[in-house]
Formats: sequence, structure tokens, C-alpha cells
Amino acid sequence: MTEESLVGAGRRAHGPAVAAAKARRWGAFYYAEQVLRVMKGYTWSILMYSVGQPVAYLFAMGVGLASLVDTGNAAIGGVSYLVFIAPALLVSAAVMTAANEFTFPVMAGFKWRRTYFGPHASPLTPGQIAAGHIMAVTLRLVLQSALYFAAVVLFGASPSEWGWAGILVATLTGLAFGLPLMAYSASITEDKGQFALVMRFIVMPLFLFSGTFFPLDNLPPAVRWVGWISPIWHGTELGRVLSFGYGEPPLLTVLHVAVLAGMAVTGWVLTRRRFALRMGQ
Amino acid sequence: MHNHALTSSGMLTGDPQSGTVISAANLVKTYGDAAAVDGISFSVPAGESFGLLGPNGAGKSTTMKMIGGVTRRTAGQLSIMGLDPDTHGPEVRAHLGVVPQQDNLDEELRVRDNLLVYGRYFGLPMSYLKPKADELLEFAQLTDKARSKVDALSGGMKRRLTIARSLINEPRILLLDEPTTGLDPQARHILWDRLFRLKEQGVTLILTTHYMDEAEQLCDRLIVVDKGRIMAEGSPAQLIREHSTREVVELRFGSERNATIGAQLEGIGERLEVLPDRVLVYAHDGESALEQVSARGLRPLTSLVRRSSLEDVFLRLTGRSLVD
Ligand SMILES: Nc1ncnc2c1ncn2[C@@H]1O[C@H](COP(=O)(O)OP(=O)(O)OP(=O)(O)O)[C@@H](O)[C@H]1O
Ligand SMILES: [Mg+2]
Repeated sequence: MTEESLVGAGRRAHGPAVAAAKARRWGAFYYAEQVLRVMKGYTWSILMYSVGQPVAYLFAMGVGLASLVDTGNAAIGGVSYLVFIAPALLVSAAVMTAANEFTFPVMAGFKWRRTYFGPHASPLTPGQIAAGHIMAVTLRLVLQSALYFAAVVLFGASPSEWGWAGILVATLTGLAFGLPLMAYSASITEDKGQFALVMRFIVMPLFLFSGTFFPLDNLPPAVRWVGWISPIWHGTELGRVLSFGYGEPPLLTVLHVAVLAGMAVTGWVLTRRRFALRMGQ
Repeated sequence: MHNHALTSSGMLTGDPQSGTVISAANLVKTYGDAAAVDGISFSVPAGESFGLLGPNGAGKSTTMKMIGGVTRRTAGQLSIMGLDPDTHGPEVRAHLGVVPQQDNLDEELRVRDNLLVYGRYFGLPMSYLKPKADELLEFAQLTDKARSKVDALSGGMKRRLTIARSLINEPRILLLDEPTTGLDPQARHILWDRLFRLKEQGVTLILTTHYMDEAEQLCDRLIVVDKGRIMAEGSPAQLIREHSTREVVELRFGSERNATIGAQLEGIGERLEVLPDRVLVYAHDGESALEQVSARGLRPLTSLVRRSSLEDVFLRLTGRSLVD
């Protein structure tokens, strides 16, 4: 070690006042950058998942299953079965990804790898750490949904010119489901396999009973409520309106947006509070 | 800016302009009913290296976390560079470099990326960070590991990387919670040297350690903490002078007999300390104390006369030995 390298031969760091001001302003982005760097290590598996899954589902459901179910049935809006389920698959895929990204990595941040506590000692605030994590996952949801939508287009399953907006709907639905789940993940101090239960007893039933493969009205009234409280149902229906002009009262469409946004915002507020509480102890 | 008002009396006012970087008054932290920190007060002038010494569970890390603005205090006043970490967390933390007791590196990132990412949290540009990261890797002797995943590092290497990370923003205040635990002797000495140099540049060091030689080497002043309270405060030499004798005779009679022989040593030196593995006789003149031991017909298996150290101060104040 020479004296020179000790002092730093090159530029000096800016002072604490500048660092604090920058962090106050951009802190969430700085943390998002970190999460994206970690995701970059998994680029291939993320890509395979994002491309492979839609192709497999669209092929199996839209081509295989559709030959039995089709077609032009008024109950599914008078479109082909493939067109009917494409928005549902798009939305469900986003929810599955969100269910993964807002559970295990949160637990890793607080407990398994303690990765949240590194940035916590820097000028970043707990709220910014939460926000950065969310921003990175949101970006992943947008990219994944865009790839999914491209596959839908290739299968000729998005008749309306507004179909692309399904990318945003899927992302919003992912957040509507994922952010309340993130708040829950942040509150877990001991791993007792809760996440496996969430996947089995919440994500899967919602996936099956949210009007995904058949209209919600086909279910007995006793279980229809599952759909009404399910972000997947609201997202799917919204996606269908955009994709092929699914006939529903305009008020219901507004309700879908309101429910999804409401769940996402509530989840964000709870998450932020949880992070601040847990990191300030 | 030029500092006109630097007077010795101004050192304790808590005003950063007058040279005090950290001041704490009646700091308290409770978890449930238990007080981890129970009314600690101290202040640290700029450029000092200040140590916290104490047994496991004394409240050292908790104090460090409150200073570092990552744990809220239950009561008391705390100011770092004139700022309250509870209300100005980001501003306080922007001043600091932190080495926590428990490493929290990003194990999924590569070694060098850990430094880059951390520098970004301070809003530092890549044009600064890239050469800085290389320089710090050099310092931490991790240059050839730059592209490895952190997962693949040994415990001591991770520690060195955590220390390197704490320097990425060129902090003027360094918080080091047991920085050299897990390091081999060579790495420890290199770190001491580096900390010395930072000190020469005026960086304020706050450190906890379980190594007495480290405390004696690095600390201008220290507090001995036990059960969340300050037991003593002063420079290493002062503490030794006040709480121990000049010399110590260490006698070993074999683990069976240490306790029983203790009684027969009564009256030699100024004070006796009977430990499971040895008996310590505190005396101004060690050699003459040792002669008195022989005069009583006692034949220890080994005997050693040495100067008092912080170890003895610690034992006196906390009733516990550091080396178990
Ligand atoms: N998050 C926490 N929740 C409950 N109790 C805690 C928490 N953190 C620390 N404590 C308690 O506070 C006390 C002081 O702990 P602290 O970590 O500050 O000790 P320390 O002096 O750093 O000890 P060591 O030398 O072992 O690192 C201990 O009794 C510990 O059990
Ligand atoms: Mg500790």
C-alpha cells in the first residue's frame, strides 16, 4: 500500500451533505439498482420462465383444450377460447411472479441473508429500501408481461388495438396481489413454511376460481365470492375488456381499476410501515 | 470553512463547529423490560479514537446501532455532527462508515459489485466508484477475488470486504463493531496500520473490541461498559493506573489447587484474583511479591511477572475475564 492509494489518487467522494441530499431524492432508485443487479445474475432463468411459460400455456390451453371447448360461445364473449383465456394467463403469470418476488427475497432481506441491513446503515431509509425492491420487481413484471403479450400476439389472440394495455393491467394486478403479501412477508420473523402455504392455499385457488378458464358465473354462487375478492379476477376481466371488448357494465370496469389500485396502495402503506418498524428496532 | 472557535472548553458543547462529533447523554435502550443500554453518557471530539470495552451483552453493539442511526433510542439525547439520528437519519448516516458486528454483505453479488452498489447508496458516481473500489480491494487484499461471489469467500475475507465497504464514501467517522474478529494476525495488523493512517488524517474512530491489545493500540480513550452502564472511562494508561497495580504476578498451581492455595497467598501484594486456571497477585513490585510466595513455601507450576494491562482493568471492573 502506498501513501497515494490511501488518500485516493483520483477523485474524492462528495461530502455527506451532498450524499444525504442525493439519497433523500433518489434513494429508492439506488436500491432498485441493487435488486436489478441481483436479478441480472438470474437473467437466463427469468427469460426462460418469461418466454417458456406463455408459449407452453397458450399452446396447451389455446390450441389443445380449445379444440374441445370452442367456440363462439356467447358466455365467453363470442370469441375463441384462446382469445378468452389469453388475458387471464397474462395476468396470472404476473401474479405468480409477484408471489415469488415479494416473499422469499423479503425474508432473505430481513433474516436469511440480512441484505436489507447493509443499505439500512447507509443514508437510505427503510421506506426507500421497500420502494426500491418494489420498483425493481415492477420493472420485471412489465418486461415479463410484454414478452407474454408478444407471444399472445403471435398466437393471434389479441384482436383489439388496446390489447397491449394488458401489460399494464397485468403489472398492476401483480402489485395488487404482491404488495399486501410483501407486508405479510416483512412481518414474518420465523420461517415455518408460511410461503408454501400461501402458494398452495391462496395463489392456486385464486388462479383456478377467478374466472380464469371459464366465466365466474359458471361457478355456484357459494364460491363466486372468491372471484370478487380476487385481484386475478379483477385484472383478468379488465384485460378482457381491453383485449376483445368483453361486454360488461362500464361501472364494473371502473370498479376493477379501483379495487386493484386500492389493494396495491394499501399493500404499499402496510409494507412501508412494516419495514420502518422492523428496521428501527 | 475556517474554524475560529476551536477552544478546549468548546470540545464538550456538542456543537460540531467546536470539534465534538458525537455526544450522548443518558442514552437508554430497552427491549421489552430489559435495558440493553441503561443511561450512557459520553462525547467524542473530532479525530479521537474512542473505544467501548465490555463483556458479551454489555450493550456495546446496541450503543453503536443508536449512533449509527439504525436503532431508535428509548430515551436520552444523542447528536452526531450536531444532528439527531432519529430525525435526520440519512444526514447522520451519510457521515458514517459502518462495520457491523455481523457481516451483511450481498452474498449473491460479486465482491467488487458489493462495493459499487454500496457506494451508489451515497449517490456516488461510477466514475468515482470504479477506481475507488479497486483501491479498496487492494487494501483488503481481495484484488484477485474481485469477480468471485461473496458466497465463496472465507469468513475473514468477508470481514475484510465489509471493512473495505465501510470506506467507500470516505467517511470522517468510522463505527467499527469488533472489526478484527475472525481476522488472522497478519490481517489484523494490516487493519490496525490502516486505521492508524485514517486517524492521522483526522478520521474519528469509534470501536468495540474484545482484544485488549487492540484497545491499547488504537484507542485514545475508552469506556468500560457492563450491563448497559459505564463502569470507567479514560485513556488506557489512566485506566490501568486507576484500577490496577503497576505489576501482576501470574501463578499457576494446576487447576485443582488454584482455589485452595488462594487462601495461603493472603496478604501478598495489594489484591488477589483467583481464577479457575490461575491466581493473579496485584502488586507494585512483582518480583518481590514472587519472593514472598516462595518464602511461604509455595511452589507454583509456572509463574510470570508482567505489567498490568487493560485485561486486568476489565477483570477488576466487570469481574469477568476476557480470555475464557
Ligand atoms: N433486537 C433485540 N431484541 C431483544 N434484545 C436484544 C436485541 N438486541 C440486543 N438485545 C439484548 O441487549 C443486550 C445487549 O446486547 P448487545 O448486542 O448490545 O451486546 P454487546 O455488548 O454488543 O455484546 P457482544 O460482545 O456479545 O457483541 C443483550 O442482553 C441482548 O440480549
Ligand atoms: Mg456486540
